[in-house]
Amino acid sequence: MTTAALSIAGLKKVYADGFTALKGIDLEVKEGDFFALLGPNGAGKSTTIGIICSLVRKTEGAVKIFGIDVDKDFAAAKRLIGVVPQEFNFSIFEKVGDIVEVQAGFYGLSLREGAVNTEKYLKRLGLWDKRNAQARHLSGGMKRRLMIARALVHEPRLLILDEPTAGVDIEIRRSMWAFLEEMNQAGTTIILTTHYLEEAESLCRNIAIIDHGEIVENTSMRALLGQLTTETFVVDLAEPVAAAPEVPGFAFRQVDAQCLELDLTRGQHLNAAFAALDSAGLKVMSLRNKSNRLEQLFVSLTASEGSAETLVHG
Amino acid sequence: MAESTPHLSPAEAKSTLSADWVAFRTIVIKEIRRFLRIWPQTLVPPAISMVLYFLIFGTFIGSRVGQMGGLDYMAFIVPGLIMMSVITNAYSNVASSFYSTKFQRSIETMLVAPIPNGVILAGFVAGGVARGLCVGAIVTIMAGFFVDFTIHSFALTVGMILMTAVLFSLGGFINAVFADKFDDISIIPAFVLTPLTYLGGVFYSLDLLPDFWRTVSYFNPIVYMVSSFRYGIFGVSGDVPVYLSVAAIGGFVVLFWTISLVLLNRGTGIRA
Ligand SMILES: Nc1ncnc2c1ncn2[C@@H]1O[C@H](COP(=O)(O)OP(=O)(O)OP(=O)(O)O)[C@@H](O)[C@H]1O
Ligand SMILES: [Mg+2]
Repeated sequence: MTTAALSIAGLKKVYADGFTALKGIDLEVKEGDFFALLGPNGAGKSTTIGIICSLVRKTEGAVKIFGIDVDKDFAAAKRLIGVVPQEFNFSIFEKVGDIVEVQAGFYGLSLREGAVNTEKYLKRLGLWDKRNAQARHLSGGMKRRLMIARALVHEPRLLILDEPTAGVDIEIRRSMWAFLEEMNQAGTTIILTTHYLEEAESLCRNIAIIDHGEIVENTSMRALLGQLTTETFVVDLAEPVAAAPEVPGFAFRQVDAQCLELDLTRGQHLNAAFAALDSAGLKVMSLRNKSNRLEQLFVSLTASEGSAETLVHG
Repeated sequence: MAESTPHLSPAEAKSTLSADWVAFRTIVIKEIRRFLRIWPQTLVPPAISMVLYFLIFGTFIGSRVGQMGGLDYMAFIVPGLIMMSVITNAYSNVASSFYSTKFQRSIETMLVAPIPNGVILAGFVAGGVARGLCVGAIVTIMAGFFVDFTIHSFALTVGMILMTAVLFSLGGFINAVFADKFDDISIIPAFVLTPLTYLGGVFYSLDLLPDFWRTVSYFNPIVYMVSSFRYGIFGVSGDVPVYLSVAAIGGFVVLFWTISLVLLNRGTGIRA
């Protein structure tokens, strides 16, 4: 039996101005999990993370980190957490190396341990060459990687990243994904927020979607994607056609002369669709999803009332 | 429970006491590094203004004044000027450092770490004391070019300087907690600290004042610090009894420390 890395019960936050950002959420993240916390802007993701790592005072509810209640022993809980905040929060005049080493000191690591881990994580995040540069001279993506190195310097068991890949180029983003997967395989539990849904889809095993301070979905990625009853594909044709082919069982729509759209419901196979196009004498050049699958679900789950689409049942 | 991971990370393996000590040391070093890095703003201006005071009040005017409180005027003003630089530098170090830590949000990096609030406070205060002492030492060395003096009571001199530096570091901290914009950390120095210091017996002995103003002056805590510090250096009894000063300053230190810690625990100005 494993303890939950994070367990939240009845968590509520009312800000000083009277705004209720969290309406009493429950959440559990298993040890070793790679967990996505998704939600539109202002949903309450950063508020939740802020409470977990003591930057925001909770109004009500309980938070436990590996079974340690933060109300009983916050210091012990904090040793187990590393956090990469959404906003840059280092002193811009300090040197990159100093920022990470100082953080090691805040966690009680000796100067030697601090120096060893600083080198280790700056190297792993490709910032070792910049160790003597002032933080303000880093690019946006480098600043984000600096915050990741800093969050890891005390080797936390739970790593929480609030939009770590915002403003990071594709190449670095991919290397960051590989890095996070490696960390996760080595045993670190990871919680991630992101607005790039393909990122969540490819990295995370479990997922919670939060909207207006409430959890609207909390399940495994596979189960969630399994809820999708209809997928829309875009088909590019080799030759222009005058109209969408009339094929029994498939409702092709014409987008333009060389492009069709097709809604495929669960149980229908792409092979059959191809066969139908083939018999109509049409050659397919390429095929792609109209939108990311998770994105379709996300939109329907967080759509404001009235505009909810009928993509999901149950 | 939770014996799932036998391997402890370096942070988990530390005893609380040693971790707290390392965290304290880290904050102090970081604070010292900050004021040394910006030395043209932190160390040079007080040195220049004190040289001007020594020249103008001590040498040019002082030669006409003659004796004050049983000392040459030049010698009379030295302790007050040292004290004045310790006060302003300790205060503004913590005020501006804590304010910018808050403003740049790097305070968050301390809040997420397992550092008790008392250790955070002690770290900032020690940084303020370090700057106060550093500038105090520079001013003392420069005073040596203008007056010869030997220290009468080393313990009292150092003790007085330390307590004063701690008190005003705490003052700067409280100021920074409530500051919402950068201007807010210069209001108290301009409207409270500077007047209190100038009227705190740095440049004159309270004997010169009419009864009423002398009585009023006894409500100015800086009078006690300057007078006792002067006694510590020269051994000439000053405006107020030494034990009273020590007790009063000690009392204020305890009070300010308590207020600062309550503010930190509440998260005033730093936790949403
Ligand atoms: N200090 C604060 N005072 C008052 N309201 C706040 C404060 N911080 C956040 N809020 C409000 O709480 C709500 C949730 O904010 P939060 O930052 O948690 O959203 P989020 O899910 O992280 O959004 P994003 O994806 O944009 O980062 C928002 O409506 C926000 O305006
Ligand atoms: Mg956010």
